[in-house]
Amino acid sequence: MDGLIFLIPIALFLGAVGLGAFLWALKSGQFEDMDGAAERILHDDDEPS
Amino acid sequence: MSPDGTQPSAGATNGQRGAFDLGPFVRVMGEGRHTLDFMVEGVHCGGCVAKIERALADEPGVMRARVNLSTRRLALEWSGDAARGNALANAVSKLGYGLVPYDPARLAKADHDEEKTLLRAMAVAGFAAANVMLLSVSIWAGHFQDMGPATRSLMHWFSALIALPAILYAGRPFFRSAWNALKVRRTNMDVPISLAVLLAGAMSLHETIVGGPHAYFDSAVTLLFFLLVGRFLDRRARGRARQAGERLLALRARAVTVIEPDGLRRSLPPESVEAGMTVLVAAGERIGVDGQVLSGVSEIDQSLITGEAMPQAIGEGAAVFAGTLNGSGPLTVRVSGAGEDTLLAEIARLMEAAEQRRAKYVALADRVARLYAPVVHSLALAAFLGWWLLGGVAWQPALLIAVAVLVITCPCALGLAVPAVQVIASGRLLRQGVLLKSATALERFAQVDTVVFDKTGTLTEGVPVLRVDATADAGALRLAASLAGASRHPLARALVRAEPDAPVAEGVTETAGLGLSLETGAGEMRLGSRVWCGVKETGEIGPELWFARPGRKPVRFAFVERLRSDAVPAVAALKARGFAVELLSGDRPATVASIAGELGIEVWRGGQSPADKCARLSELAVEGRRVLMVGDGLNDAPALAAAHVSLSPSSAADLSQTAADAVFQGDRLAPVLETLATARRAGRLVGQNFGLALSYNLVAIPVAVAGLVTPLIAALAMSASSIAVIANALRLARRPRKPSEQR
Repeated sequence: MDGLIFLIPIALFLGAVGLGAFLWALKSGQFEDMDGAAERILHDDDEPS
Repeated sequence: MSPDGTQPSAGATNGQRGAFDLGPFVRVMGEGRHTLDFMVEGVHCGGCVAKIERALADEPGVMRARVNLSTRRLALEWSGDAARGNALANAVSKLGYGLVPYDPARLAKADHDEEKTLLRAMAVAGFAAANVMLLSVSIWAGHFQDMGPATRSLMHWFSALIALPAILYAGRPFFRSAWNALKVRRTNMDVPISLAVLLAGAMSLHETIVGGPHAYFDSAVTLLFFLLVGRFLDRRARGRARQAGERLLALRARAVTVIEPDGLRRSLPPESVEAGMTVLVAAGERIGVDGQVLSGVSEIDQSLITGEAMPQAIGEGAAVFAGTLNGSGPLTVRVSGAGEDTLLAEIARLMEAAEQRRAKYVALADRVARLYAPVVHSLALAAFLGWWLLGGVAWQPALLIAVAVLVITCPCALGLAVPAVQVIASGRLLRQGVLLKSATALERFAQVDTVVFDKTGTLTEGVPVLRVDATADAGALRLAASLAGASRHPLARALVRAEPDAPVAEGVTETAGLGLSLETGAGEMRLGSRVWCGVKETGEIGPELWFARPGRKPVRFAFVERLRSDAVPAVAALKARGFAVELLSGDRPATVASIAGELGIEVWRGGQSPADKCARLSELAVEGRRVLMVGDGLNDAPALAAAHVSLSPSSAADLSQTAADAVFQGDRLAPVLETLATARRAGRLVGQNFGLALSYNLVAIPVAVAGLVTPLIAALAMSASSIAVIANALRLARRPRKPSEQR
């Protein structure tokens, strides 16, 4: 049972990292244009011109 | 000011003039940088996005150009002169996309921020729920094995550490709403929610401090999580509906080009144009004012006002109305009425009046909520008083039971019952090309028993088609089509559509209001009206074009209005499903009669003014019928607003799309059937969901009042009911068995 003392905080820490990543993504506008993002991958930006 | 904004010919060729004075919309960012935000018309796919962004990236000075495909908005940033905005906007207009500048600060940004707040709260609640549940599962397992009180207490403390901040953070949307309701001495669904969550948190903290066996941390946070999911879905659906409406409103506000006494041209918004001013209307432009033509010859497409499909030739002295579309010649117009005095504004007022008359529809969920909150409160209070005073229990355990009642009756499933179905139904309709604009539209669609159609542009395609038997002389048609290729007149375009391979002739001159002519070696060829080709009146009626060649007898091309490809089966299917079908049109009764006969519609009326249409709809409403109005013209807008629920094709006038509850795309009527069918299914599912949520409560409340609920039971029951409701809603996403599919 002693392991719990540090295992739980580690688990919580990892979860919090995920939460932080999501909140960062939200804040930096990653979810602003869900339809566009799916299409953008198809654009060739480096056209020989 | 750059000349682009005032030169009427700048983008007139594709009908997308940059008729706006962009000045007020340009924001200065410092370091010589400027930004502008536009709504973009006509963006449908990633290809459009790439095209626009590339065109802008090629312009010198552009720092950032990004099109948002979801909201159809363009954010533009450039360095250099503020006036360069006009040139940049023109570069996009030239590609064929319409641009309308807007001020992002004035669009209801608060709403968007609220959506983000909800999403953040949902993320926090989700994180907390997952972790607290993890700890709770070990505690529950510990009840059956031999977990020591010290370990349990440790787990409880960890849970408290996660759950309490999460509750305080993620619960704010509910606390705020509940507080606002209480301040004005009313209750809403959020009052029992806030009470339950806060009491559960406080009580569990107390249990944790005294080392008790039961804590409700997991229930409190999962409750919040589920409720936030429902709230977020609901908000999103509403936000989308509102966004669609906003967009249409903004697109409506076109600028007017005024000619000052000194000859200068200025772009003015329609509301600041005054009677007596002189206004220039470019070819292909929508007229923004009522007035009299001073000079110029053209033809006017009045279909939006009267429903009449054919453009009418006009010249000096003719009266023109705001909202009509100018044809091939530029006009100068003396303003007799602008802004609030125009026929257009009159129609808009009629529409607003009709909208206000339509009894404010209260969504089903709100009606349930009104009943629900007081019932839950009194139940919890009764449980507390009953156990404390009559049951001979100390007040703390009695309070524990009351809190359990509040937690378990929390309208988790109720809060999800409607939004879950709504989101899935509107997603399904969106895939079929139907955009729901009003949040309660779906519920109202489900109640419809009568469908009223407009004719022009709704049952028919709204563009003339060459009559087949008129194409006897193929050589003449080909020649005529090659002349017609030079004109934008609807009949000329119809000719080109009938003979798309004909090469466009060089050197064609167009005489506005009359027709086209081409000098050839053998003499002049003419295509246009009867008078233009020198043909005597012969008594034939209907839209026509004459084609005169030197030394040959003039040829007549007749045109008809064609029904939408599936109009006949669609009307038949509606009747087969028990809907009463009616036809109301502003067109001539004879034309309406023939269309009604073709479609098998028995009840029809022709020559209806916008007010007549409204009157007919209120007649039907008095008879107790729930009417779906399908229409596209400006003349339908008041009727669309007056009907119980309304639908517009996406080719409709902006104002009509604004008035309608939903807009459908494509040139088929099948979406009307699909919308009605989906709405009925959605209505049934919402009913079932309420049934599920209610029967869950019928079982759970007695158990809770009896004091038998432990945190484990609460967690299981609540999650089970929420998941059942969502799973039931998901059934809507499956393809229907058959009947509504007709391809």
